[in-house]
Amino acid sequence: MNPLQLCLVFSSLLFAVGLAGALARNNGILVLLGLELMLNAANLNFIAFWRFHPGAAPATGVIFVIFAIAVTAAETAVGLALVIALYRHQQNIRLSEANRLKG
Amino acid sequence: MDSPADHLWLIPALPLLAAGLGALTPRRGRRFAAGTAIAALAGSLLLSIAALHEALADPAAHLYHNFSWFDIGSGVMRLGWLLDPLNALMCVMVSLVGLLIFIFSLGYMDSDENFARFFCFLSLFAAAMLGVVVSNSLLLLFISWELVGLASYLLIGFWFQKPSAAAAAKKAFITTRIGDLGLLLGLVWLYNSTGSLLLYDGGGGVLEGSVLGALAAPVLAGGFAASTGISLLVFCGAAGKSGQFPLHVWLPDAMEGPTPVSALIHAATMVAAGVFLVARVFPLFSADQALAGAPLHALTVVAGVGAVTALMGAAIAVAQHDLKRVLAYSTVSQLGYAAIFHLLAHAFFKALLFLASGSVIHAAHHEQDIRRLGGLRGRMRATFATFAVGMMALAGVPFVFSGFWSKEAILHAASAWEVSPLPLYAGLAGVVLTAFYMTRLLCEVFLGAPRSPAAAHAHESPKVMTVPLIALSIGAVALGFFGTPAWPWLQSRLTGAEIPGRPLLEGGGLMALSIVLVAIGLGSGWALYGRRARVAAAAPDPLAAASPRLFSFLGAGMRFDALYAATFGRLNRFGAALADVLDRRVWGGAVATLGRFGELTGFVNSVVDRLGLNAGFDAVSGRFRGAGRAYSRRQTGEAHGYLRALAIAFVVLALLALIGGRR
Repeated sequence: MNPLQLCLVFSSLLFAVGLAGALARNNGILVLLGLELMLNAANLNFIAFWRFHPGAAPATGVIFVIFAIAVTAAETAVGLALVIALYRHQQNIRLSEANRLKG
Repeated sequence: MDSPADHLWLIPALPLLAAGLGALTPRRGRRFAAGTAIAALAGSLLLSIAALHEALADPAAHLYHNFSWFDIGSGVMRLGWLLDPLNALMCVMVSLVGLLIFIFSLGYMDSDENFARFFCFLSLFAAAMLGVVVSNSLLLLFISWELVGLASYLLIGFWFQKPSAAAAAKKAFITTRIGDLGLLLGLVWLYNSTGSLLLYDGGGGVLEGSVLGALAAPVLAGGFAASTGISLLVFCGAAGKSGQFPLHVWLPDAMEGPTPVSALIHAATMVAAGVFLVARVFPLFSADQALAGAPLHALTVVAGVGAVTALMGAAIAVAQHDLKRVLAYSTVSQLGYAAIFHLLAHAFFKALLFLASGSVIHAAHHEQDIRRLGGLRGRMRATFATFAVGMMALAGVPFVFSGFWSKEAILHAASAWEVSPLPLYAGLAGVVLTAFYMTRLLCEVFLGAPRSPAAAHAHESPKVMTVPLIALSIGAVALGFFGTPAWPWLQSRLTGAEIPGRPLLEGGGLMALSIVLVAIGLGSGWALYGRRARVAAAAPDPLAAASPRLFSFLGAGMRFDALYAATFGRLNRFGAALADVLDRRVWGGAVATLGRFGELTGFVNSVVDRLGLNAGFDAVSGRFRGAGRAYSRRQTGEAHGYLRALAIAFVVLALLALIGGRR
């Protein structure tokens, strides 16, 4: 098993843990944590393919990941703001109760 | 080019303006309405006198001012004003008598709540009448003529709450309309054959030589001239307005209006309009005289109708009991004489008589039945004196009163007419009857003892009513001196040629005869009614006692109303019934069938709409609604539900990628 495969297996496991956390948890912040894990699994894949791919241009994967981290930071800020707004609204952050925004 | 005729339009325009203002005046603006009406008419009077002064400077000239009204095709319809002595005299007469009657109305209509409206109508009437007089175009004359008819309708029906007044107004309007139809046809014929309706137009007017000559050429079958036909049609209109036989029936009924209206319209001015029209277009009437071969001359018909009217009106007047109706039939009779001098004189004394009777009626609380009046001489001295003046003028008491001279002139003309002596005989008979019935009227109303409480409590009318009476009685006397045979000032001014004065007693035989006849009339009237005055309202009339059937025949106006009801009325009813049947059966059926057809198409339309179009649209929109509902059911708002769907989709995609990778 070469290092690339090892990296891919690791990132897949990380993604599965993040997905399970996002699906299983009722707490808004923990769901956001799960999402964060899944994004990091994807970032790991970018780095791995860049590092182990013969003839890749210098720093491509790193730049991709840095962009992704920046976007994720912005998205997390919005997500946390939503959680705070949710708390103000219903005095807790249980997603199962935040179901009134439907069509 | 500043001719006096240019400003002639002001004469009718002033009262018209007053009528317009009066129409805008609210009911409480009594003083304003009456003030403007009287001021406007006084202005017209001054202008008329100025116009008369201009016209008399050159009596033979016809000053006119024509202007084009509108273009029809290649032709131009032109209107205009005319100034000559005939017009100017009529203007002065209408505005003077009108003014006096307006002033009289101040007193007579004092207690009427529609005082302002009354003056508005009076002004409209005066404007229309003056319009008839000054127009130089038969079209303009016809327009004013119809306005006169309208104003007369409004004024006769002024007390329209009374069914009899409303009916009388309708009768007057319809009867004169029959005559007006003839007039209109005459105008159309005239326009068709000459292309102009102007009276004087520098040689091209219908009353000027060349056009008249063409009209008088015999063109119709039987040797009639076109001018005869036109004249007779025009005469229809004149007869309608003047209450000539056989269209006289409206005039007595018109007495339903307020008495000043009777005086203004049905004694002094409107009925004079017909005679004026004949005098105005006299050249047209006399155009066929030169035509020896014509079987009928227009003037023969006019004279015949006049003679019949004069005699018949006088005979009916003898047997009337209503104060105003006696005077109305007397008007019918006097208009039969139809001459301008007599007309001017008649306007004064008949207006005087009507106003005096108005004064009586006003004083006697609207009691008009002469059998229930009586004994008013002592209590109403001014009214009695002026009434007596008017009565003597009308009866033709010799030498002092205008009626004598004007009637004398007519009798002379009739005796000189070689076609037929009939008009002369009718005129002489009319003289006797006139003197007789006027004496009867005077005796019944003013002499004897009062025969009802109203008459017993009568008192003299206010100054505003008696002063016009006195002014009119002066006119009734004075006007006579302008037309005596010795000094025929008026006649020469009217014809435009100097007529040499004749010695007063030339043709003295005829004059003596008529004086004797007047004396017979007065004497027999006095013998029957004055010497032994009526003692009770229910006592029979001496004449009725002598010949009850004749008296009741005359009392019913020779049963003309019944005759017309039996002939024209029945014809009309038959036509109406026929039209009714046609309407119900034929036209009604056709309309109903069409309606059913429309209903059927409407029904088909609605079915198609409901079952076809609506059902289709409903089905389609139902589908959309169902789909939308199904989608919205998926939106639960559960964040985890959405995440779960994403995860499942992801797993499915991953599996697909795996399977695809194997291939």
